[in-house]
Amino acid sequence: MRHVVSVLVQDKPGVLQRIAGLIARRGFNIESLAVGRTHQEGLSRISLVVTGDDRVLEQVEKQLNRLIEVIKVTDHSEPHVERELALVKVAVPGMEERLEIKDIAEAFRARIVDVARKSIIFELTGDSSKVHNFIEAMRPYGLLEVMRTGAVALSRGEQVLKVREKKPAV
Amino acid sequence: MNGAAAILKALEKQGVNIIFGHPGGTIMPTYDALYDSPIRHILVRHEQGGVHAATAYARASGKVGVVMATSGPGALNLVTGLQDALMDSTAVVAITGNVPQALIGTDAFQEADVCGITQPVTKHNFQIRDVRDIPRVIAEAFYIASTGRPGPVLVDVPKDVQLAPFSGSFDVEIDLPGYKPTFKGHPRQIERALEALAKAKKPVLMVGGGAQHASAEVIEFAEKSGIPVIPTLMGLGAFPGTHRQFLGMPGMHGSVAANWAIHNADTILAIGLRFDDRVTGKVSRFAPNAHTIIHVDIDPAEIGKLVSTAIPVVGDAKWVAAELAKGARKLSIAEWWQQVDEWRTKHPFGWNSKPYLQSQEVIHAFWEATGGKAIVTSGVGQHQMFTAQFFKFDKPRSWINSGGLGTMGVGLPFAIGAALARPGETVIDFDGDGSFQMTLQELATVKKYNLPVKIVILNNGFLGMVRQWQDLFHARRYSEVYLADSNPDFAKLAEAYGIKGLTLSDRGKLAETVKEVLEHEGPVLLDCRVHHEEGVFPMIPSGGAAEDMIIENPREAVEAGD
Repeated sequence: MRHVVSVLVQDKPGVLQRIAGLIARRGFNIESLAVGRTHQEGLSRISLVVTGDDRVLEQVEKQLNRLIEVIKVTDHSEPHVERELALVKVAVPGMEERLEIKDIAEAFRARIVDVARKSIIFELTGDSSKVHNFIEAMRPYGLLEVMRTGAVALSRGEQVLKVREKKPAV
Repeated sequence: MNGAAAILKALEKQGVNIIFGHPGGTIMPTYDALYDSPIRHILVRHEQGGVHAATAYARASGKVGVVMATSGPGALNLVTGLQDALMDSTAVVAITGNVPQALIGTDAFQEADVCGITQPVTKHNFQIRDVRDIPRVIAEAFYIASTGRPGPVLVDVPKDVQLAPFSGSFDVEIDLPGYKPTFKGHPRQIERALEALAKAKKPVLMVGGGAQHASAEVIEFAEKSGIPVIPTLMGLGAFPGTHRQFLGMPGMHGSVAANWAIHNADTILAIGLRFDDRVTGKVSRFAPNAHTIIHVDIDPAEIGKLVSTAIPVVGDAKWVAAELAKGARKLSIAEWWQQVDEWRTKHPFGWNSKPYLQSQEVIHAFWEATGGKAIVTSGVGQHQMFTAQFFKFDKPRSWINSGGLGTMGVGLPFAIGAALARPGETVIDFDGDGSFQMTLQELATVKKYNLPVKIVILNNGFLGMVRQWQDLFHARRYSEVYLADSNPDFAKLAEAYGIKGLTLSDRGKLAETVKEVLEHEGPVLLDCRVHHEEGVFPMIPSGGAAEDMIIENPREAVEAGD
């Protein structure tokens, strides 16, 4: 089963390496990883898409939590918004195909961000399956380059990932 | 004051009075500062010896062990020892020098990506890039190493940071928003555990290395409830080996009683252990009759990792065991005890008397002669298993071996660390001829500080455990395990270092030799020429279960029939 996991981390050198290393070391299957700064200084947020059963997911969460710089981990099993951005460069052999390609892109609400004589770059946002479907729809025309960010996610409503109040440990 | 002096001052603030280490180019400023520091430095002959000694120091004392090394090769020589400390949950802080920051990433002389390389073998690591961070980072390193599930922490300090002027305060606040180990177990879970135990007809208590600091509480709980107790290899000593409720260790070379008790148990209370594959064998066949496993561990990631747990209790073993002891009632399990006793009586650890010297009798003789009052270390292999089987550990922190990583060569440096942690106590290293040769350069450290360790080499001229597996599972094809043709004369080797060396091959002289070893005031090495094809039994083959246990040496049965 596919899970989107969000991880709030301290923005310290090597933190991404720690997370990537842990995932590889423990043999977890990871589909994508996206990382970026948050609105709070010193905090970054990572989205992981992991496949595996509940036991695997539980271990992913627990092992991530063992990392000192990981502040909070959550599996988005509750209602959430998930988006991915993709840049897709499609080959355009001739005028006829150009129109077809544009029609398909419109159906997916993909934006044209670059037009050349024999290629178009589309920008597309949506959940991962939408991105996947768009890429497959363009495949017959010739995919020149594809760049996907990997899924990012936020829980719906008031639920947020945040630093817990300090409490004395041990 | 410079950064180097600040490092030592910060270590002093943490109560450090001993550092194991080896100097080199990039750590020289700190060695220079050591000249003026009250901290005692123990010069080892290889950084691996240093980290193992620091590990044993931590395990024997309950404090944090500290090791220091230079950049590149020095730091990389720590890797095995760090992983060893990680797998056996030991609080170690390693301080390493690194090339000046301006040279980092340029393939400078003796440069290595030490933080990158040690990331998977430490609980955490730091590189200090600003001299002002030294007091806080050292404090955080000790806090992380010693709290929660203990583990090794490495602090890498580029040379320019050691040399930079420092004028800050040592009163620092640690800032670790992502690190909050759970100390107190949930009261409701403890209640549920006690309820489950009260209903159990065939309960056992398993105790691991995570309970070494909880010995008194574990004993109190065990005695109040009357439950059979099975300490793991790492848990030996946390519950007395001579106690009536002690069944021996479980697992691959565990006792028949322990393995069958686990196999037949309906309820298992496991405190401070992680169900290593050497304990469980094939997990799907482990404890098939246990409907309730209660798992107490400070690391939530260990719970449910391998074995499904009905009642998880996340918390410190000492705290939880004390709570369990408070609520413990005498269990009515007379029938169960009858069964367990039958196994125990029928299949004790033992050996068949032979005309030649055997490892088992050597260990037994030392146990008898010391009355069990010793700190014992070992390398890894047959001699380690024999020691675990035949030396009855009555006190916690008295058995220091490499359980998780199985690091050959730890015996001697472990003995050094233990001797420095607890001066005045008898320290015995039961070593193998193979294991010993992996770190024998530390004889020089023994000599330098005149540490009165008793090194007992159970010399069978083979890599005995590998040979045993080849015997049982590889049609006796002894591929690359023969050492006797090229082993040194170990007694002479010791003498070359200025250490008393003895050789024993006549079993008639065992008692007097043991006495001579123990009565000698300084360090001694005793080379015991034991039978070369002895096997460790019982044995559950790798990936097997209790039902697959080989109780007696099949080779002996064959030989007797010849």
